[in-house]
Amino acid sequence: MAEESTSTTTAHQTQRNPAWVKFNNGGMIELGGCWTISEAERLDKELMVIHDGASTKFIFNLSGLERLDTAGAWLIHRTRKSLESGGAEVILEGMKPEYGILLDEVAANDQSPPPLPHANQLLEWVAHTGEMTLDALARARDFLGFFGLVILTLSRSVSHPARLRIVPMIHHMEKVGLNALPIVGLISFLIGVVIAYQGASQMKQFGAEVFVVNLIAVSILREIGILLAAIVIAGRSASAFTAQIGAMKVNEEIDAMRTLGLDPIEVLVLPRLLALVLAMPLLAFFADMIGLLGGGLMTWIVLDIRPDQFIERLSDAVSLWSFWIGIIKAPFFAVIIALVGCYEGFQVGGSAESVGHMTSRSVVESIFLVIVADAIFSIFFQLAGV
Amino acid sequence: MTGDAVIKVEDLHTGFGDHLVHDGLNLEVRKGEVLGVVGGSGTGKSVLLHCIIGLKKPWSGCIEVLGQRVLDLEPPERSALEARWGVLFQDGALFSSLTVAQNIQVPLKEHLNLNQRLMDEIAMIKIGLVGLPPEAGRLYPAELSGGMRKRAGLARALALDPEILFLDEPTSGLDPIGAARFDALIGRLRKTLDFTVFMVTHDLDSLNAICDRIAVLADKRVVVIGDMQQMLNERHPWVLEYFHGPRARSAGLLKPGR
Repeated sequence: MAEESTSTTTAHQTQRNPAWVKFNNGGMIELGGCWTISEAERLDKELMVIHDGASTKFIFNLSGLERLDTAGAWLIHRTRKSLESGGAEVILEGMKPEYGILLDEVAANDQSPPPLPHANQLLEWVAHTGEMTLDALARARDFLGFFGLVILTLSRSVSHPARLRIVPMIHHMEKVGLNALPIVGLISFLIGVVIAYQGASQMKQFGAEVFVVNLIAVSILREIGILLAAIVIAGRSASAFTAQIGAMKVNEEIDAMRTLGLDPIEVLVLPRLLALVLAMPLLAFFADMIGLLGGGLMTWIVLDIRPDQFIERLSDAVSLWSFWIGIIKAPFFAVIIALVGCYEGFQVGGSAESVGHMTSRSVVESIFLVIVADAIFSIFFQLAGV
Repeated sequence: MTGDAVIKVEDLHTGFGDHLVHDGLNLEVRKGEVLGVVGGSGTGKSVLLHCIIGLKKPWSGCIEVLGQRVLDLEPPERSALEARWGVLFQDGALFSSLTVAQNIQVPLKEHLNLNQRLMDEIAMIKIGLVGLPPEAGRLYPAELSGGMRKRAGLARALALDPEILFLDEPTSGLDPIGAARFDALIGRLRKTLDFTVFMVTHDLDSLNAICDRIAVLADKRVVVIGDMQQMLNERHPWVLEYFHGPRARSAGLLKPGR
């Protein structure tokens, strides 16, 4: 029975009469039906017909109205206002009292948006560029300050080794190092394969296939192994550091730490930094080996150079230095990634949105800085003659 | 019981995992009233709200809103029904990438086909109705204070002139003056726009100020529903503690010495 009564009310509600407006002679205007927002677009067009020149006196008869909402009331109010501003007299009649309240409310809130300040495009562009430059400089100075603070905290911690937090450090080593092995390995292997394959097809043209081994060894050991590892870690761990610290910042955990006498740098940054500095050379070594494995496998398949020949050729092609150059860079890159990741985490402002913003920024910045550092290293090693 | 029920919840069972939140809950909201839903933390007030507006699927039971069973609706019917209610989430839940005026226009764009000028005008009216200054329309949610965000959220909830307004703790996080103003605003708008209000709240002041009836959630169901006088006479232990505690006294619900 309850079923029936509800279905009839639904039917009743859907049977609303559509809104209508009728223009009679002598400025008599009749309105009726449901003046609601779903009819507003049509009514908006129909009301355009009324001109203030048509008559000096308009009478709106609202007795046919069945429903009125804010949008309908606004249309009536707007029409009345434009007629009155044209010097005509407007009278509303046949109106239910509740419509009167709504019309008054709408009239009271008739506010046009304040005009936008006039902007000079060129000036704005120049100002924007200047702002961005100053902002970038300020952030660079800030980052340098953060770097100094971390060094200071680190030296203090080293002189009191009991203050170093070993357990969190091991935890982060597992997170950033051990758990990254599969992805770093896979990427290095595939890049090794690609270099061997592309190298082989080029070298064949000169009949110098055997130099593919030199190509693989030098490029992977000196540059690609460590660079790949660093980029993967920047994507994986810099973002994770920023998000972790940023979420703590949003949650006011960092402030809580300070009031409890804990140093956020010591508690949050140092374990991450040290973990990454220790894990990165190991990851680089792993990437080197897997990259060589991929390259070796491909030379065997494409050029028919057997593994024992490959290894023999390898020891001729590269000195131990080529290997060390890759590994030496690892801790430097680790410092860059960890510092950028943690720094951007501390830059997170109140909202959850800014965590996302800072996370993407930390990935982009850490990859950029790693590549800049790599370029500086390669110039340095060139000058040093290794 | 007189008056048409706009919301009818019958024998509702909901839960998360193996934790039961509602066990055979029944509730009726009458047309035109302001119903306040109270209860201790974790009694499932917000879950009930989420069930009614279809954000959470209950295990079993029947929910009727405006004469339609919300759980059985096809997407187009659901969308039509959604256009007839407005929801104000706890912190406004404004879209942070849009300005306040654009936020208000989202439901207009989604459900209707209006020209931009008319949408701008309607947005400005709503901004005025909820007591925000005209400049607020151009601001982004991050640039607003908590109280202004709630007002902007209310303006968005009112965009389509809904028949039912759902409020999730509308006065939480506001200072007492801001909360009282918000209560007054809801009361005034209800007179003008003639909607039914379903309000989840903790605030004894707003229960007293604007609610026609109060429903108390405890023991996984609605233990009592009625006006403030009934609440004060109720002997359920939680209701007793809530409406006779020190906060109730400071809200002026109790005569001193009682």
